[in-house]
Amino acid sequence: MRFVSLFLNNRLTIAPETLVNDSSLKAVPFFELPMVEQPPLNQTFRYDEKLQQILYGKQLLFDELSFTVDQIQLHYENGYVKYSIGISKTSNGYVCSRCGNEKSRLFAVFSCFRCKSDSCAYCRNCIMMGRVSECTPMISWCGPKVRWPLENNLLWNGELSSGQQLASQKFVEGIGSEGELLIWAVCGAGKTEVLFKGIEKALNLGLRVCIATPRTDVVLELAPRLKAVFPNSMVASYYGGSEERETKAQLVISTTHQMYRFKQAFNIMIVDEVDAFPYSYDQTLQHSVSLAVTPKHFLLYLSATPSKTMKKAAMNERLPCVKIPKRFHGFPLPVPKMVWGGEWKKRLERGKLPATFLKWLKAQAESGRRAMIFVSSVSVLEKLIELIRKEVDVPVDSVHSEDPLRKEKVIQFRNEDIQLLLTTTILERGVTVPFLDVAVFGADHDVFTESALVQIAGRSGRSKDDHDGKVLLFHYGKSLSMIQAINHIKNMNKEAGL
Amino acid sequence: MSYCLYCHEPYSEAWSWEALIGLKQSPLLCQDCEGKLVRIKGEICRICGRDFSVFPEQYRQDDCCFDCIRWEENDTWTGILQQNRSLYVYNDYMKEMIAKLKYRGDAEVVKAFYPVVSSEFKRISRDALLVPISLSEERHYERGFNQAELLAGGLKKQVESLLKRKTHEEKQSKKTRVERLSQKENPFEVVDSLKVKGQEVILVDDVYTTGSTLRYAAKVLIEAGAKEVSSITLAR
Repeated sequence: MRFVSLFLNNRLTIAPETLVNDSSLKAVPFFELPMVEQPPLNQTFRYDEKLQQILYGKQLLFDELSFTVDQIQLHYENGYVKYSIGISKTSNGYVCSRCGNEKSRLFAVFSCFRCKSDSCAYCRNCIMMGRVSECTPMISWCGPKVRWPLENNLLWNGELSSGQQLASQKFVEGIGSEGELLIWAVCGAGKTEVLFKGIEKALNLGLRVCIATPRTDVVLELAPRLKAVFPNSMVASYYGGSEERETKAQLVISTTHQMYRFKQAFNIMIVDEVDAFPYSYDQTLQHSVSLAVTPKHFLLYLSATPSKTMKKAAMNERLPCVKIPKRFHGFPLPVPKMVWGGEWKKRLERGKLPATFLKWLKAQAESGRRAMIFVSSVSVLEKLIELIRKEVDVPVDSVHSEDPLRKEKVIQFRNEDIQLLLTTTILERGVTVPFLDVAVFGADHDVFTESALVQIAGRSGRSKDDHDGKVLLFHYGKSLSMIQAINHIKNMNKEAGL
Repeated sequence: MSYCLYCHEPYSEAWSWEALIGLKQSPLLCQDCEGKLVRIKGEICRICGRDFSVFPEQYRQDDCCFDCIRWEENDTWTGILQQNRSLYVYNDYMKEMIAKLKYRGDAEVVKAFYPVVSSEFKRISRDALLVPISLSEERHYERGFNQAELLAGGLKKQVESLLKRKTHEEKQSKKTRVERLSQKENPFEVVDSLKVKGQEVILVDDVYTTGSTLRYAAKVLIEAGAKEVSSITLAR
């Protein structure tokens, strides 16, 4: 959009062109404005508390706010709101101040009706949250801070396992100081409970906490649990389509993408499943985290399968690390078994199943136990399900990332309305169902990395009443990843003294 | 290595002599995205250009669909829109792409269609006046661009913005067919009648859904003296 600069009460100030009725003033795109000093805070101004709540610790666009341009401008003139540039030029392109994107292929220009420029550049990386272009001002709050409740008592009297206890302790120690910590906890270790004490301490110190996770399912699962254990605190969840994005919150549970909306907001940042973040630990994540945290902050990473970079940092003691090698129920992790599956790809094409797989399939169907069958791609998924349906007469279904019924099918599987669920790696994390066996069809395929296989194996044996579920890897030649995954699991069991 | 214009994933192009010596343009979408789009080919409705292969047989009479027959039977609308031609079936993926373009404001997405727009529509639009369906002032400001104008840009030809949308109404996509058809006042007016007089006009829009937007636009153009009005859209 375009702004004009003008003198108001002897000070040079800026205002959106639509609010100024003076054709003698020249309107220019926002980024072409001269540098203007931020108006001083007018103590007597009655600011809008709702705007404060929504904007505090964030950086938003005019389009994202339900306030009129007029109202926002009034807060700007009284020093409560700041405008900053969304896209700036760099020596070799542009940088987006919302998501940090600097890749030139993720910028484009268009003829903009708002600023009348023929080549207004915008960021395509974070376009799903609304367009930030060169002429788009980013709006943030610079008035008084939001006040948090003084007492944030933890309403939970469950018990922690010894491993959880240790990790919880380390986290609590870190609260209030700067630093980083990696909690390397096996699938089923009970990570959420490990966070409780630390979060309680942080909230009571008046610090703001964020739990960021790559998946919406996790936000939906965590938010009610945290609200229940912190009944006096301000907790809100952020994800695409969330209705709590305008509520005041000291503890925020957010998807990675929504973190782009925050700016210098959190003293404590908890990054869940750090290895599963889009584009990995190193780039985008670090950027969005670095924008969302305050200059002094504590970073906690959670993972069952940390990346090589992280493991190395932990080994060299550059990154403090606590391991929880034992599951919450105290039983060892099921170790995957490798089963020769022959030329599974060719067989599928010929409409046949590997003999070993067929034998397992029939036995599994008869046992009445649920199983997840992981495959390498959607095309394998489609071929395999047809063949399976010909062989066994139990409820079978499949899911993949673009399946519109994904959520419903997972619920049906949980309710035992589906006995055999075929899936791509999309369900390698998060789904926790008791009394479950796991098979990987074509485990030698590249998509099944060490961490994918460890996560997949981690689906089984989750309940203490069924702690040794089976994990079978049907393959056409062992891959390095398969061997590494098995060693990974065996080592964890060894470390747990099992 | 190229990156898909839509999903940003890297992909490699199929190797070919044509591409090597520059006869074939390199594709802008990866095979995955391209594969989810369905081009309209084969038998179509003579008027609205809908693909009969994805349309129930019982709503078809010879080379015309029932919707068009209904339009043509109504005296107000007979012959107003000569014909419409569209490139793609308006399937879920196309909906997603258009939503990203229009509602998220990712103007660049439209360029993915430029090669097809230009190769398919160049001939039909040769001697015609190219007029994009306009947006109201408010909607245009909100979006920052007019997607129909961007699409018309793919034809590398003078585009004449001769239509003005008078009222700021609810989005067409939020109305039902009955609501769309029952509106009385024509939302469009012609900006410069002189330019239109005696001309063959081709309207450009992103989607043909019920055909009412295009017919309202065609009507004001005919009233302003256009010889004949037809339309092209990205999806149908």
